[in-house]
Amino acid sequence: MSSRSIHVNYLARVEGEGGLQVTFTGDQVTNVQLRIFEPPRFFEAFLRGRMFSEAPDITARICGICPVAYQMSSVHAMEQALGISVTGPLRALRRLLYCGEWIESHALHVLMLHAPDFLGYPDAIAMAKDHPEIVERALKAKKAGNAIVARLGGREIHPINVRVGGFYKVPTRRDLATLQEELLRGRELALDVVRWTAGLPIPEFEQDYEFVALHHDEEYAMNEGHVISNRGLNILPTEYEDHFAEEHVPYSTALHSTHRGRGAYLVGPLARYALNHAQLSPLAKEAAREVGLGPVSRNPFQSIVVRSVEMLYAFDEALRIIADYEAPERPYIATEPHAGVGGACTEAPRGMLYHRYRLDEAGTIVDAKIVPPTSQNQKIIEDDVQQVAAQAAHWSDDALTLRCEQAVRNYDPCISCSTHFLKLTVERR
Amino acid sequence: MSKATKPKLSVWKFASCDGCQLSLLDCEEELLAIAEALEIAYFVEASRATVEGPYDLALVEGSITTPHDAERIKAVRRAAKYLVTIGACATAGGIQALRNFARIEEFVSVVYALPQYIETLSDSTPISAHVVVDFELRGCPVNKAQLLEVLTAFLAGRQPHVPTDSVCMECKRRGTVCVMVAQGTPCLGPVTHAGCGALCPAYSRGCYGCFGPAAMPNTAALTAEWRRQGVSGRDIRLALRTFNVGAEPFYRESERHEL
Repeated sequence: MSSRSIHVNYLARVEGEGGLQVTFTGDQVTNVQLRIFEPPRFFEAFLRGRMFSEAPDITARICGICPVAYQMSSVHAMEQALGISVTGPLRALRRLLYCGEWIESHALHVLMLHAPDFLGYPDAIAMAKDHPEIVERALKAKKAGNAIVARLGGREIHPINVRVGGFYKVPTRRDLATLQEELLRGRELALDVVRWTAGLPIPEFEQDYEFVALHHDEEYAMNEGHVISNRGLNILPTEYEDHFAEEHVPYSTALHSTHRGRGAYLVGPLARYALNHAQLSPLAKEAAREVGLGPVSRNPFQSIVVRSVEMLYAFDEALRIIADYEAPERPYIATEPHAGVGGACTEAPRGMLYHRYRLDEAGTIVDAKIVPPTSQNQKIIEDDVQQVAAQAAHWSDDALTLRCEQAVRNYDPCISCSTHFLKLTVERR
Repeated sequence: MSKATKPKLSVWKFASCDGCQLSLLDCEEELLAIAEALEIAYFVEASRATVEGPYDLALVEGSITTPHDAERIKAVRRAAKYLVTIGACATAGGIQALRNFARIEEFVSVVYALPQYIETLSDSTPISAHVVVDFELRGCPVNKAQLLEVLTAFLAGRQPHVPTDSVCMECKRRGTVCVMVAQGTPCLGPVTHAGCGALCPAYSRGCYGCFGPAAMPNTAALTAEWRRQGVSGRDIRLALRTFNVGAEPFYRESERHEL
């Protein structure tokens, strides 16, 4: 029987180093491997023996694209271990910081990393020659998101202002009010991006996924809530490890996560949108309706539109937080270390991020566990590529490779994150 | 300038978080102008299209932690006229260099169930331990304005203007009240390389040394002051052992303070 194999040795426009191998026997796709060869980075080992207070700065270094996510999951896990709860304006400021990261990360992925696939460009710079306006708009939107992170966090990458219990220094009302104008403009640009992405040639493709995301009764969940799914899961973040397991596969330095008993599941914008759509702002909901996005999308190629809707929402939410903000009396809640275990999930731009720490009586980290979103999506990505490759089995190697890569980029995989966590190879046997 | 005569830029990643190369994509206003002045010939995080070397300039992010990467960096050096490292990983081994002071087998077994599948070196080393480096840009992450200065200097054929004095100097110029003197907050500013703009003190926290050691740092005098203010040997040791633990002045000083 004829065989064929497609190899992408080094996947482009993803964060980190990975590859993909797709093997055909005749017309049948017999194997798909998402290979992560990013060097192993051992963060859970480094954290042992460090102070609880160091976790936000150390874990931020797992990922330069979503450092805020690591800071948020770590501080919430520590606060759970130490029995403190951050509320009021401090809680609102954390949400504002996360809005900034969602905007910059989504704008980067939607326009710079993902959109070129739909229009057949190698990158956004080449795309900008024919579509200068939309690229410039997206860059401006990205800049506005980064402005939030820089104002509140001190700088865009690895912000310095987040600590267990709150912040080192909180902004005044006026500090934040000066962001308003740029965010209002950004919100207009985000609406343009939603409309533009909805007009892209989006491949027809659907799977029946188990969507997993945080859900909060009063808001589109970012920092807090229950972990729920469309198949009846409803647990506290602290129960995460009772329901999900990680396994080590030989071809990857990233661990694969599965639901114990049900297998692969999907985290990220599609899951959040499907489970929490009703809690989007009226403007974001209206934009989704206008471009024909239903309350649930099972097409991962449509994630580019969903990400744009989330970006629009994050602008709306940031503006709301700034309008309501009154500076708290103290920048953080002081805490004395004691022994304990704490776990938390927050919604990184690319999906749910779990941290768990055990502390001794002096507040030293005894052990740590971190499950990044891309580890959780790896199996789903392989499943998608298998289906996509099967549909396109008769295409040329070049066209097939491009489509498979696009299917991987649907998930905005962050490979740096998941080494403790891509390259495409198609093999035809 | 026609495409044929533009200098060719390449961007390379080793063990890292991608944050320093992302700084290039974070140049939202300058990015398209950079693409006008330079041919972005190899930048996998940004483009599927790659152009063969040789390259006029190679920006290198990340440290060397695997046998494969120790070979790959030599090929990058051969293909590049100028090689500039960006960030603490490439310049000092980064947070990954914490492994240099522990048994790597233990680290592997903490994270991975099947250690036999993991290929890694016992040390995380800076690029300069493997090949000649033309310029090292500090920071975890690098400062975007300094990165643009490096690119501009390269295009103009001059040395980058990147001050090597301490965060203390930036703090004074910024007019921030000293957090160590006024609040008793331990700060690494006096021994840390400038470049961040003295961010942490401006946010009421002590510098945590993410730009690595300044030129000729007096670490002993600083830690004596920390001790006087009541900081334990263990906390001094931890403070010096973060993103630039592989930089000799920080590591050597950390060894003087027991756990």
